[in-house]
Parts: sequence; structure tokens; C-alpha cells
Amino acid sequence: MPTLEIDGQEVTVEDGLNVIQAAEQVGIEVPHYCYHPGLSISGNCRMCLVEIENIPKLQIGCNTRVADGMVVKTTSERAKHAQAAVLEFLLINHPIDCPICDQAGECKLQDYYMLYGAYKSEMQLEAKVQKGKVVDLGPEVVLDEERCILCARCTRFCDEITQTGELGIFERGDHSRISLFPGKQLDNPYSGNVVDVCPVGALTSKDFRFKARVWYLEKTPSTCTRCATGCNIDIYHRQGEIFRFRPRQNPDVNEYWMCDEGRHWYKSFQQDSRIPTPLVRDGSSFAVASWDGAGTAAAQAVRRTQDEYGAEAVAAIVGAKATNEEAFLLSRLLREQIGSTQTAGLAWSPADAFHDDFLIHADKNPNTHGLKSLGLLNGGGEAEAILSAAEQGQVKALFVLGADLVTAFGQERIERALGETRVILLDTDYNGTTEYADIVLPIAAAPETDGTCTNQAGRVQRLSQAFPPPGEAKAGWEALALLSTHLDGPDSVSITDVFGELTQSVPAFTGLTYGKIGLQGVPLAGAGSSADS
Amino acid sequence: MAENVLLRHEDVPDIHKLDVYLAHDGYVAARKALTTLKPEEVTALVKESNLRGRGGAGFPAGVKWGFLPKDSDKPVYLCCNADESEPGTFKDRAIIEKNTHILLEGILITCYAINAHMAYIYIRGEFAYGAKCLERALAEAYDQGLFGKDIFGTGFDLEVYVHRGAGAYICGEETGLIQSIEGKRAYPRIKPPFPAVYGLFGCPTIVNNVETLACVSSIIKNGPDWFRSIGPESGPGPKIYGVSGHVEQPGMFELPMGMPLREVIYDYAGGIKDGKQLKAVMPAGSSFPVLTPDEIDVHMDFDSMRAIGAFLGTAGIIVMDEDTCMVRALEIIDRFYHHESCGQCSPCREGTGWLHKLLVRLEEGNGKAEDIDLIDRICTNMMGNTVCVLADAAAMPTQSYLTKFRAEFVAHVTAGGCPLKKAAAQPEAA
Ligand SMILES: Cc1cc2nc3c(=O)[nH]c(=O)nc-3n(C[C@H](O)[C@H](O)[C@H](O)COP(=O)(O)O)c2cc1C
Ligand code: SF4
Ligand code: SF4
Ligand code: FES
Repeated sequence: MPTLEIDGQEVTVEDGLNVIQAAEQVGIEVPHYCYHPGLSISGNCRMCLVEIENIPKLQIGCNTRVADGMVVKTTSERAKHAQAAVLEFLLINHPIDCPICDQAGECKLQDYYMLYGAYKSEMQLEAKVQKGKVVDLGPEVVLDEERCILCARCTRFCDEITQTGELGIFERGDHSRISLFPGKQLDNPYSGNVVDVCPVGALTSKDFRFKARVWYLEKTPSTCTRCATGCNIDIYHRQGEIFRFRPRQNPDVNEYWMCDEGRHWYKSFQQDSRIPTPLVRDGSSFAVASWDGAGTAAAQAVRRTQDEYGAEAVAAIVGAKATNEEAFLLSRLLREQIGSTQTAGLAWSPADAFHDDFLIHADKNPNTHGLKSLGLLNGGGEAEAILSAAEQGQVKALFVLGADLVTAFGQERIERALGETRVILLDTDYNGTTEYADIVLPIAAAPETDGTCTNQAGRVQRLSQAFPPPGEAKAGWEALALLSTHLDGPDSVSITDVFGELTQSVPAFTGLTYGKIGLQGVPLAGAGSSADS
Repeated sequence: MAENVLLRHEDVPDIHKLDVYLAHDGYVAARKALTTLKPEEVTALVKESNLRGRGGAGFPAGVKWGFLPKDSDKPVYLCCNADESEPGTFKDRAIIEKNTHILLEGILITCYAINAHMAYIYIRGEFAYGAKCLERALAEAYDQGLFGKDIFGTGFDLEVYVHRGAGAYICGEETGLIQSIEGKRAYPRIKPPFPAVYGLFGCPTIVNNVETLACVSSIIKNGPDWFRSIGPESGPGPKIYGVSGHVEQPGMFELPMGMPLREVIYDYAGGIKDGKQLKAVMPAGSSFPVLTPDEIDVHMDFDSMRAIGAFLGTAGIIVMDEDTCMVRALEIIDRFYHHESCGQCSPCREGTGWLHKLLVRLEEGNGKAEDIDLIDRICTNMMGNTVCVLADAAAMPTQSYLTKFRAEFVAHVTAGGCPLKKAAAQPEAA
């Protein structure tokens, strides 16, 4: 643990850190472009030059390991002069097209210019080196060669992280440019990350380009629900509309990255198929209902079934996209308000789902592990057993929470199982199963609710509500609380309370609180602290 | 001086042929080293000799060899830097083509000293003939058992590969060279780690210049005292001075280290062509400060040159007479660095191009008075802050031209172009 001085502050840091990292720990940002904590050190931008006592030349912070007794000056006259000079070099051939650049507002050239630069341009415009604009690199990414500062973060990402090596630097000197190797496309499943690592506006996302100025967007930290890995993300949104997901750093889950499929996953939440209001079946169609009306109808259906066929004739299937809290509330409702033990989890993924040994998991559900911890999933045949019971007339009323049974089991099977069953459906969107429902309760999608999911490695992570669900939809836990009150059960007032109750009754969660989970998640007792890859 | 060491072909015709070389004490030093000395004894002799690197920086060779880690279980590599791309420099090429075996013998002894069993000769791509000479000489030497397995029956094995370069000045920078051998872009690496610790394929590596390695056999043969007696103690030995430009007899001269520059130009290269006056000398290739006529009494060795703010570099001496336009000369130099910057570091990538554009502007008569100070400021900002010293190699001569020939730059601004050119274009007064 070396102790050193940075800009007059004494600090003791872990061994092996570089000066940029150490400075960060005391809240000092050493300006930098090429350094990225997830990539190898390249040392090419020369922006992070700092003064170190007893070393005559300025040193680059990214390639200087801290040592005991080191005295670092990041803002001395010499250091600042050098930083300003580097910035000036970077800007001479830059097109200065911020007004039409997507990176504006999150561009390190802009940021540092305001801090260190702010001098007049010395280079006549016509003398600038001209390079390619709007160069198509692949399905996700577009390159503007003139904005590129050749920091090599993107090439290092493709060399070191995906090891797909699509990108290289071609030509020499100020004619250098990023390009694809012949015959290659930047189409690896993680290609969108190069846009995030690019410190300037050279690499932009085809999906996000020209859609919004970043300073108008709000950012909410959450978790990706595209698969069981649960990459940590930020949701960028405005007025109930999501514009993009970006990875949020979590060394134990996704480091700095996420996959392209996850990146596009936000679109799945804003389809036309969202259910706007509660619905109650009226013959062959649905009638719009109030929450109270639908809740009452659901309670009546349950009680009637219970009276006619007994409590075990009421069952529930919980999809593994439901949060821990939702799954807990529904299974508790069955157990305590109805007296049924028939709650089953369902974690269905397409058999041929793409996966790899990096982040993309074959299980396309965010909370399979959670359902296991709650005792709802064991061998995997639980939901199937309930359907069989329904086919044999033993299940007469069925709650379906966040699961499209038709996709999982096929139309024919569901027709046989649910044709005569009262179905109370809680979901975000219309799907094949909606047709079999008698009562439909619209609930919030992942970005619209608070709650937790447990990823494949057993790490409990939080979803955060970025904005309220559309129409009259309610957060799943609120919808379930409402059902509970209609069945004479307890109400729930907040997600923290629900989580608290969950920890009381599920051993794996003992000792946890919603607050403790924080933004980085917590491994469940017995689960390893890192992904099992 | 007595017989040439490095340019021995001038004394012994066909010395590049193995039989001729062997007939003139060839590989005697190598045999002595391998059969009678321990590797560390060879290194000690080279250290004692004060042999300093001829690639430009003048680093003591024996000291560099001593930086190899003692406890590494990785193989050690020797890279012979034969990329010779420095403007005004053509000494290594002569050794490679005309005195090939003295280089190969130096490589053999050096590999033995540093315990390397594999050596690469990284030769500038354009030196097709030189590469052929090396291949031919190596084939002969392999045939005689001087390379390969169990050399001189000592159990010492050595393989030598000739690797033709990838066509850029930056391939001569030692870590760019290493990258290039590895099949990568010749982007110089950040240091530390230095090649002695983390070099070729991540293994301990020594990079030495051709002329440096060509000195090694003479040290083993004649002893370090002999070597130190040639020129100044602090950096002695035989040295090739290459003279080009406006002299009567351009060419190469093997002389002791520390020759007065004036003597080299006037006594050996025959003085300024057509009886003209000397205006400027670049004594060290193009990467170091220019000298004015009143500075040429300096002795050409590492320390004497440093004492006057100059460098020995490659001792490639470029002579310019009174009719030379210094703005144009500098424009050509900076065009070179602009063309050759690898483009990795922001100050170098952008700075070299910027300098060149400003100089073209001045030369074309479109320069502004402020440009001169701007050029100076750009140089200051480029220096000392990059991965390799190419940025300095561009900035140093540039600043020295501005300082020493400022009036010419100012005149280009006020006259709206080159006054010399304009004068030449004037019809002669009748
Ligand atoms: C831009 C640049 C180009 C260089 N080119 C050469 C070269 O062509 N040949 C050479 O021997 N050294 C060259 N060098 C110096 C090498 O980096 C290195 O210092 C040298 O090969 C070490 O050998 P020495 O110790 O025997 O001099 C160059 C250095 C720089 C910065
Ligand atoms: S495109 Fe972006 S990430 Fe890639 S080298 Fe250029 S500036 Fe760096
Ligand atoms: S100083 Fe110039 S040549 Fe050297 S590594 Fe940097 S950009 Fe390349
Ligand atoms: S961040 Fe250190 S050189 Fe680029």
C-alpha cells in the first residue's frame, strides 16, 4: 500500500495502480484519452502528462505506477502547459463540427478544451488534413475519420476484449486512420462498446445517431434484463421514452461492457403491444376495467374456484423475467391467502439462443436464479406439471405472471390446458397467452419498476424505475399488493418493505436489505462473488 | 590511422568473401571468445572498451548488455539494427555490403556474451542488395560451421535470420523494430519496460546498430586498451564519417572518434564544392541541431558534441554551401519527419504535419511574421513528451535553424518568398 502525495494531498492506495487511478481516488481527474481501465496501456495521446518530483521529464500518468513517497503534480504550470499543448495538437486537424456531432456533451475534447484549452485556432481551415466522413463499419457503428484522435481504444477493444481484430490503424502520421481490415465487418456481438470507449465523436451508434442531445436525457442506473448475466446499465431516457442503454461499470459482472443485443433490448419495452389498462373478459373480447374492478373480478374467480374445487385447484406460473419481489408476492398470495402450494417458476429460452463464454448467456431470463432461491424452480418441470394438472382438470384457476406460455409450450398444448381454466394474467404486453386470459392486469416493464433480479452467478441486483409505466399499468409488486388486499391479505407500501418481507421468509436472502444491494449488487449467501465464467 | 577496421574492404579487396576474411584473421576473435572466455568476460571487455552505440544515442554497449535480467528463464534475442534510414547516413550499408563478415562475427560474439541463441538482422527494405550480401555471407559461414549448432565445438548454438524491413523510418527505432519483426505495425512501445527486460516476443532483447556490432570483434582481438586508444577515452574506437552535400569529395571516411569536424570536411571530403563558402553543417544526420561555420572546430565524439549543444548522432555529415536556402532545407527535413511520424503520439503526429505546412507556407511566400514564433512554440511543445524521440528529432533541428538562421526566415516573410531564388531569377546586370 504505497503512500504518495498528489497535488498536495496525501493518499494511500492499492499497489499496482497508475497515477490516473490513484488521483481518481482523491477526486482528481488527470485528463486522458487513450487510457481506459478495461484495456491495455497504450500511452499514445500524451494528454495525461504530469510532473513527478525528482524525474526531470514529465511522465504519462497512465503508464506510471504509483510508488511510496512519490510526489505527483497534475496541475503544476509545466503539467498544465503540456496538457494544453497536447489538446492544441489534437484540435488542429479536428473538424470542430460539434453542432452536428452526437458526442457533444459527453466529448472529452470538448470537456478538456473548456478546462485547459480555450485558445484561438492557429490552423487555417483549408489546411486541415481531410479524411473520410460517415464510414460504415458494420451494423452498429459509423466512423468519422476526421473526428478521430487515434487513441486506439477501439482497436484495443477488438484485439483484447472480443479478440476479433476487425479494426486497425492504417497509413502513417497525420494521415493515419482507423479502418476495417480487408474483408472484415465490425459485426461482433459486442461491437457497440467501441462507441462507448471512443472518447470523441468519431465512432457513433447507428441506433442513437441524431436522436437526441445527450444533455436532454436523464440517466437511471439499472440492470439489463436481456439474459441471465444481468449486465449493469444506465438507462438514458426522456419523458417516458428510452433512447439507449449503456453499460455501467461492475467489475464482478460486466466490467465496462455489454452486448449489442442487450443494447437494443430497450426497444422491447416500447412496442405497440403494451397493455394500457386492466381488462376483463366479456365473451370473446375484453372490456376495459378499473384496477378495482379487475381486482374484484380476480378475487371472485379465485374464491369461486377455491369453493368449487379446493385451494390446490388455484395455481400460478411465474416467468423468470419477474422480479424476486413479484415472484415472492405471488407465491405468498397463493400460500397464505388461498392456501395453495401450486406456484411454479418458468425459465424458458429458445433452444438455439445465442450465447458465448463472455457475457451473453444462453438463459434469456434475468431472474432464473432468483426463482430457484425462492423455491419456485428446481428441476425445471414445475410449470409443465401445472399445465398437465390443468389438462386433467385439477387446476381450475391459474395466475400467469410475466410468462408467455404459448411461446414456451405451443398453442395446442395451451389450448388443451387452459381452454377451461380461469386465467388471471399479469404482464406488460399482449402475447399469445393473452387470448386465454379472463382477467388481464398490465404491469410495468423492467425500466419502469423497482425490484431485484438474481443473475446467473447468484448476485442480487437492482432494477430502478426510470419513469412510470405507460397508461394505467402498475409496477408488478403494486399490482400484486392490490390483489392481496382484494383477497384479504396484507398491502405493501414500498419495494423496500416487500424486499424486507422476502428476506424474512427466504433463507438465501437472510441479512440483506434493499439498501445494501446498492448499485453494484450483492452475491447471495452461497453464491460466488463473480460470474462463473 | 593504420588499417581500416570497418571499411577494411578499402585495404583488403573481397573481404566480404569468407575465404578472404578467414585469411585475414577472420573469426579469430569469435573463436577466442567462444573457446577461451566466459560470456560475462566478453561483456566485461566490451564494457572496458567504452564502446558506445553507433545508432545515434551513444549508449555504452557493454552497459546495455548488462541490463539483461540475470534470473529470466526466457530466451534472449539480439536484434541487429540495419534499418539505416537517417538522412545523410550510409555507413551501415557499406559494412553490410562490403565488410559483411565483420558484422556477422560481431553478432556471433555478442550473442555469446548475452547468451542469445537467435539473432535477427533487421535490414531496411530498400537494401535489397545488402540483404542478399548478408544471406550469401551467412550461407558461407553456416557451411563452415560458424553459425548453427555447436559452434567451434563449444556446444554454443546460434541461428541468425535476415529480416527485411517494412519500409518506414520508424522501423529503425528499437521498439518499432521489435514490433515490426513481430509482424505488427512499427509503433514504438512505451518505456518502461525496456527491451532488455521486455523486448522481442516479450523476451529480453538487445538492439544494437550495425556499426556498433562491427566494432566488437576488434575489441576481442586487440583488447579494450587498444580500442580506448583510438580517440577520446569516453567514447573511443574507429568511426565512419559519412559526408554528403556540397563538398568536393563526398563519401565515407574511417577515422578515429573525435576528429575535428573541420578536418573531416576540408581535409578528407575536399572542402566546399567549387570554392564556395560554407553556410551550415548538419553533423549528425538530420535529427539534431545544425551547426554554423564558426562551430566546426568541434571534435566529433559524443561528449565534445554535447558540450556545444550538438550531437554526434550517426555522424552523417550534411554540408551546405552559401547558396543554400535554409528555409527550403528545413522544409525538406520537416517534410521527412511529417512523412515518417508513425502517428501514434498526438504531439508528433499533428506537430510534424503542422511544422511542415508552416514551412511550405513560408517557402512559398505566404508566411506571416508570427509563423516563426509559432514554429518555435510547436517545437517546444513536441519535445520530450512522446513515446519515442522522433518528435524531438523533428523539433531539435527545426529550432536550431530558427535560432541560427532567423534572418533568412524573416526575409522569407518580408520578401514574400525566397530572396535567394528571386536573386537567381534576376537577369545579370550587363
Ligand atoms: C525515429 C528513430 C529512428 C531510428 N533509426 C535507427 C536506425 O535506422 N538504425 C539504428 O541503428 N538506430 C536507429 N535508431 C536508434 C535505435 O532506437 C537504437 O537506439 C539503436 O539501434 C541502438 O543501437 P546502439 O546502442 O548500438 O546505437 C532510431 C531511433 C529513432 C528514434
Ligand atoms: S475512433 Fe475513437 S476510439 Fe477509435 S482511435 Fe479514433 S478516437 Fe480512439
Ligand atoms: S514520437 Fe512520433 S514517431 Fe515516435 S512513437 Fe510518437 S508518433 Fe510515433
Ligand atoms: S492517457 Fe496517458 S498517454 Fe493517453
